[in-house]
Amino acid sequence: MTIPLPPSHGPVGGHTEAPVPGALEEDTRGLSLWRGAWQRLRRNPTAIAGALIVLAFVVIAIIAPLLTPYEPASTQWSGQVTPTDVPGPSEEHRLGLDRFGSDLYTQMLYGARQSLVYGVVSTIIGLTVGAFLGLLAGGLGGKVDTIIMRVVDIMLSIPSLLLAVSIAAVLGQNAYSVMIAIGVAQVPIFARLLRGSMLSQNKSDYVLAADALGIRKRKIIMGHVFPNSVGPTIVQATLNLATAIIEVAALSFLGLGDGDPAVAEWGRMLVAAQDRFDAAPQLALLPGTAIAITALGFTLLGEAMREALDPRTRR
Amino acid sequence: MLRFVLRRLALMVPVLVGLSILLFAWVRALPGDPARSLLGEKATPEGIARVRELYGFDEPLLTQYFLYVKALLSGDFGDSIKTGQPVVESFFDRFPATLELGITALMIAVVVGVPLGYLAARHQGSPIDTAVVSTSLLGVVTPVFFLAILLKLVFADWLGWLPTTGRQDARINATHITDFYVLDGILTREWDAAWDAVLHLVLPALALATIPLAIIVRITRASVAEVVNEDYVRTAESKGLSSAVISRRHILRNALLPVVTTIGLQAGLLFSGAVLTETVFAFNGVGQYLFDAIGSRDYPVLQGYILFIAIIYALINLAVDVSYGVIDPRVRVS
Repeated sequence: MTIPLPPSHGPVGGHTEAPVPGALEEDTRGLSLWRGAWQRLRRNPTAIAGALIVLAFVVIAIIAPLLTPYEPASTQWSGQVTPTDVPGPSEEHRLGLDRFGSDLYTQMLYGARQSLVYGVVSTIIGLTVGAFLGLLAGGLGGKVDTIIMRVVDIMLSIPSLLLAVSIAAVLGQNAYSVMIAIGVAQVPIFARLLRGSMLSQNKSDYVLAADALGIRKRKIIMGHVFPNSVGPTIVQATLNLATAIIEVAALSFLGLGDGDPAVAEWGRMLVAAQDRFDAAPQLALLPGTAIAITALGFTLLGEAMREALDPRTRR
Repeated sequence: MLRFVLRRLALMVPVLVGLSILLFAWVRALPGDPARSLLGEKATPEGIARVRELYGFDEPLLTQYFLYVKALLSGDFGDSIKTGQPVVESFFDRFPATLELGITALMIAVVVGVPLGYLAARHQGSPIDTAVVSTSLLGVVTPVFFLAILLKLVFADWLGWLPTTGRQDARINATHITDFYVLDGILTREWDAAWDAVLHLVLPALALATIPLAIIVRITRASVAEVVNEDYVRTAESKGLSSAVISRRHILRNALLPVVTTIGLQAGLLFSGAVLTETVFAFNGVGQYLFDAIGSRDYPVLQGYILFIAIIYALINLAVDVSYGVIDPRVRVS
């Protein structure tokens, strides 16, 4: 009895979306996989939309200090905030103040920075460790494969947010803890994905050919199998950036985020805004929407990449 | 089939053993004295001595692990630091609430998601398709708790259409038999109690359903889109079969496998969503219990909860695998 692998835990599942008709006008036959994918990506409006959102997010995160005269931690206007009245937009404060008397606009900008750092670092942790494990399992096979995959199974036996919660609960409330927790929770996805695509390459003709030519196994794996299997993993990393940014906010919501009050973080802003809804709904709407838009950017980009790399969409 | 189920159950054992080792190591990885972290801030020297003895913290690690597993096997998942109540007891007290919420959410997701995905796939490229695909994309990228907060704000606080928190109005003196409040109301014919419980379920269930709904829509769409181009569908069409028969017997049935996998996976993931949703709506289920436990660093509760979720998660996956055999005869034969 064959047991199909469950789809990956990414935000949109592991199934390949059906090719969108009309998305590919140009003949990309004859180009290498990556060049062809790049050509298709450049012409895909979804990819461009996603890339623009991501670009805007990254630029804002980097130049945040240039865009505002204030410091994110400054609560010097706290005198103007009362439980029933949180000042809205004014000349001094483009988006008004938050409930602690900080400039909301500044908090939003610096929040982008925080999300970028958290998202990227945690995804890099997950990608590096996961891909390394997947490479070992898929490349070496045998006992190594069995052991690694059993560990991955154990990690997959609980939902990834709960895995992150249990790690963050041990490590304490700081930035490193958040990044490690979210990163480790992503490890099994990457390990499983890379191993899976490597195994499917193992049976292909070029591997057999290389093997028949007497090329060393290590060289076949590193020189042929790995480069040909890494595509889905890179796509998943892009999609995981979206998940990571949402999960960072969720950890904050659960009280396991970075405990430093000087750090502006969208998730925590959202939590803090909860009991001021009636007076100032913008305090929740802005960070919540910002998280969703950022996640949307990475998701659009990731899906377009998946479509571009899918051999079935090459004519 | 029975042999298959038994084999799958046996395969769960190594995973659960591995998880128990991890959870065992986890409590010992907490900074400081594990007995102190298990007791929390209120630790007295006597209490610490008692816990040290109870968990055998002075014994060698291997003995400690066997003591832990022995306790687990006899159904002792430890006591909550905060309330002193056994974890198992409080878990099962609250589990019906979460199950009621989870089942409702999953039903919404499946009943709305599968037809929508099907519709989009059959009208690929049409405005319906675009609308369905973009809405489902929004559902995937919106954080659950943000959506929950928004729903509460708009429909409960501003419009006042639905209750903001809890499972039932405290003024309703309802009889509870099963602790599934809607079912209880129906069984006892207390219709107002049942209706009130339904109203309390709407917003949390909608919030919880969003992500599974969005994902089910997308998977159904992708899967149906692939199947409609198959030769056997064309054959069925050229045989002159009615489109209803083709849809049901040829397309849906063949497209269903990945959808069922997704539904199973999402059912398991509802438990992490429940932590966020139940908290926003003060819906007193296991999710909120876990949230409180995280806040008070109630490690025995966290430890027990994670193990429970893993077991339930594994059972759901087993149910999914079994359902393959029902849906797809090819799986049954091999």
